[in-house]
This record gives sequence, C-alpha cells and structure tokens, in this order.
Amino acid sequence: MEDEGRIRIAADADLVLARQKGRRLAAAMGFSGTDATLIATAISELARNILAYAGVGEIELARIQENSRDGIVVVALDSGPGIADLEAAMQEGFSTAGGLGMGLPGARRLVDEFDIVSEVGKGTTVTLRKWRAFAA
Amino acid sequence: MPASILKQGAYLIASIQSALTDAEVIQLQDDLVEQVGKFRSRGVILDVSGLDVIDSFGSRTLHSIAVTTKLRGADSVIVGIRPDVAFAIVQLGLGLEGVHTALDLEEGLAFLNRMGEGGRRGG
Repeated sequence: MEDEGRIRIAADADLVLARQKGRRLAAAMGFSGTDATLIATAISELARNILAYAGVGEIELARIQENSRDGIVVVALDSGPGIADLEAAMQEGFSTAGGLGMGLPGARRLVDEFDIVSEVGKGTTVTLRKWRAFAA
Repeated sequence: MPASILKQGAYLIASIQSALTDAEVIQLQDDLVEQVGKFRSRGVILDVSGLDVIDSFGSRTLHSIAVTTKLRGADSVIVGIRPDVAFAIVQLGLGLEGVHTALDLEEGLAFLNRMGEGGRRGG
C-alpha cells in the first residue's frame, strides 16, 4: 500500500512526516480515527527516541496479514549507542536524554505488541504491532 | 510557521494550524513568553485543534508553556484538544496536571474572563 516503506529519521521534520505516513496507512487499512492517532503517537515517540539517542535511523511501516486479522507493523531501527539497561529504559521516568522517560513505556501502551532488541555499540530495533479485526 | 499569535485586548490567542516540528513548538513557547511581557497580557489561549498528535514531548511543552506564562503573570488555557488526541494522552500515561483546559476558543475566553474577575476580587 501507499505509505508503506521506510522513512529516514534525521531531523525534526522527518518525525512529522513519519507520523503522517503512519496515520494515512492506518486510515487506508480501515483503522478507526482513534487507533490511527494512537499509532501516529507511538511512531512519534519512537522517532523522537531515534533523534535523541542515535541522531539518525529509520522508521519502517508495513501492513501484515494473518488469517482473521490484519495489522500495522512499525519498526524503528538505528545504529546508535544501544541501550545498556533495557529494563530501566522501559521504566516510566527513566531517561538519559533529559526527556520525561515516557517514550518507550508510553509507546508500548499505545499498541498491542511491543518488542525491543538492543545491543550496546550496535543499535536498537523496536517493533510495534497493532491489530485490526476484520469486519464480519 | 503553522502557528500564529493574535493580540486580543488583554489576551493573546495562539493558534496552531497544523502539525508542528519540535523546533516550531519551542519557538511558539518562546514567542508567547516574550509577547506576554511586550503586550502586558493577562491571559493566553493556546488553540491546539490543529494538532493531530500530542506525544510526551508535546504534553510536556504544553505544560511548560502554561507554567512559564503563569510565571510571567498571565493565566493560560489550552483549548481544542481533539477527542482522539485526548485518548492518546491518557493511554501514554500522561496528564496535563496544573494546566487549564477548555473545550474551544469561546469557552477559553469565558474561562480567562472568570479568572480575571476572581483575581480582581481576591486582590
């Protein structure tokens, strides 16, 4: 679908573009307006983390389909410094970039599935999925 | 810039027409705080109905605008938060504690007028 694909995140304006594309893709797939906003907000948090910690990275948007449902998958990947303490990073209020520390735990609450892989010195990949049941 | 600040009597009305970059949000905050002093404004209305996403940074900045304008002597009220955006703010685990909100511009003006009367009565 249109708006699927990768968006390079290297500046403020890319963040706006990424969430707009995510919203459009979600809407085109038939997600409700509220769900589309939740998805766009989650993308915003992940893209902001890329900017804050890695400086540059990518957001990948795609549609996934299973037997009785389809969903949107958002992958945020960077080759930044990585996260030494993932458990701490998922705690509310934990931040090493002067933020609120709400980014990752907040994004997790906005979606159905949340997966994070990070290696110090190699980078971080966060994968979000939000499902939509097919209408009967 | 997709945000504008209008002087309306003792109030400033800031409207965000479309999505803002982080830098533009910070610029709006700086402009508002400066203009509160320049125009000796007593109140600020921040209309965010043009924002389709308010994430943790956005929430924090709205809070920051409210507090800094208050420190400059102006009451502030945020109006026009969309229903789905309100839902996302709650889901994120954020609130806007300490920030006054109203449904729309009209309610925002009424709120500031009430605050003004209360302030005068209270001295």
